[in-house]
Amino acid sequence: MNEKQRVNRKKLNKSLDKLFLILGFSVTLLALGILLTLILDIVQDGWGRLNLDFLTHFPSRKPQEAGILSAWVGTLWIMTLTSVIAFPLGVMAGIYLEEYAPQNRITNLIEINIANLAGVPSIIYGLLGLGLFVRFMHMGRSVISGGATLALLILPMIILSTREALRAVPFSIREAAYAIGATKWQTVRHQVLPSALPGIMTGTILAMSRAIGETAPLIMIGALTYIAFLPAPPLQSQFPFLHLNGLFDPFTVLPIQIFNWVSRPQKGFFEDAAAGIIILLGIAFLMNAVAIFLRTRYQKKIRW
Amino acid sequence: MSDEFQIKNLNAFYGSKQALKNINLDISEKTITALIGPSGCGKSTFIRCLNRMNDLVKSFHLEGDILYQGTDLYSGKWDVIDIRDKIGMVFQKPNPFPKSIRENITFGLKIRGMKDRNILEHITEQSLKKAAIWDEVKDRLNDHALSLSGGQQQRLCIARTLAVQPQVILFDEPCSALDPISTAKIEELMLEIKKDFTIIIVTHNMQQAARVSDQSGFFLLGELIEMGKTQDIFTNPHDKRTEDYITGRFG
Repeated sequence: MNEKQRVNRKKLNKSLDKLFLILGFSVTLLALGILLTLILDIVQDGWGRLNLDFLTHFPSRKPQEAGILSAWVGTLWIMTLTSVIAFPLGVMAGIYLEEYAPQNRITNLIEINIANLAGVPSIIYGLLGLGLFVRFMHMGRSVISGGATLALLILPMIILSTREALRAVPFSIREAAYAIGATKWQTVRHQVLPSALPGIMTGTILAMSRAIGETAPLIMIGALTYIAFLPAPPLQSQFPFLHLNGLFDPFTVLPIQIFNWVSRPQKGFFEDAAAGIIILLGIAFLMNAVAIFLRTRYQKKIRW
Repeated sequence: MSDEFQIKNLNAFYGSKQALKNINLDISEKTITALIGPSGCGKSTFIRCLNRMNDLVKSFHLEGDILYQGTDLYSGKWDVIDIRDKIGMVFQKPNPFPKSIRENITFGLKIRGMKDRNILEHITEQSLKKAAIWDEVKDRLNDHALSLSGGQQQRLCIARTLAVQPQVILFDEPCSALDPISTAKIEELMLEIKKDFTIIIVTHNMQQAARVSDQSGFFLLGELIEMGKTQDIFTNPHDKRTEDYITGRFG
């Protein structure tokens, strides 16, 4: 290779380098561009319908009068129930598997299956919910069935993120607690768990923001697509103030309502769907933002 | 002086690998015992048998007797929590809890059911004073423990151990991560607290062993080669290997 060839080769290398940079940049731009276009398109279609009436009205046959009251209240119910059921179960299972379970074949089998369950298509969970909660346990096509089904769906994710967060706590902290006479539970409860909590919260919120967009399993267990009343509210003015009858009422959620509107022929419903999507996206972004906030905030606070 | 520990024919294993071979030794109360020897000689394994910290290692098991105040620690008559109530430990790397300075001290008291704020406050102050760190932290007890320097963190860990009033304190190379000034402070405080506690210290630093301890033991490849008064070990060792190690010919 003479001097001239070397110089040429160097030039080629530099151009290739630049080419890759341009390629990578344009691909990133393309992906962001598509997302942005979609969002802009949705906002353009739906912005006109976004107002208080839209949030406080039930769906209607007339697109201008239709609202998403039953859908967002249903989503609120389902999300609350899902987190109330899945969070304690998932965290406790995670703690048991990570801190207590003996290392043997059964534990291994459970661990492998939990990892697999996190990848099972959501419609399978819908079938399970239909068979287990709706039919076998006679809970009906109700909010509680929906919440329990989505709880099953995100349970593996919560267990996995709990374990990961616990594993990130240095062993020396456990040693320190044991060495001054703490029991296993005291060590976990007072030292390990508080340090792992931000990680657990982040994982849970991300799992929840996946659950909020789930449609298939809820259609499977029989969520309604048109509904003109709300589940009975849990707080009431007469004694004993807390009524859980609403748990067994039928419901719908945002993604199902959106799906229903999109499949209508009238242009007006298309706008309603776009407005619904904006709200759903808004909630999902908000949840992700909270997760990121928690992560950065506590990462700064906890240093080893 | 009565014997706090009597160790008889102690053999310890990680899986099939033998870490300690036929250790026999007695340790008197309210003395400082230094264990020296090259890395991997089993001295840390040994000290971790004394508060059953090795229980946390799955493949670990041991044979022989470790009598503490006349009763075998591994016999089932001792509950492991009670053992650590009596036998505290300070680790090689400072490991304060990622909480405030105050909470580091009070954790051990709170898990024992102590709630009275005045008593907690009093013990916190006493422990920090005994660990010679009170003056440095008294104005910022609510600060995060990890904002302290390495040497301060280690003294905080010692204070945390003192607060729960054990009878024995095990030091597992407590100064290996510290600068000479912090090391000097910790040695001074060991001599200070010796009147109340039985102290066993594992160290790589032979000068440290010579400075603080009453008796010394030399470990090599899992065996206790020689044990005796520190002065004798350092001036007139019986075993050739001890002499070689102390004079720096190997290790």
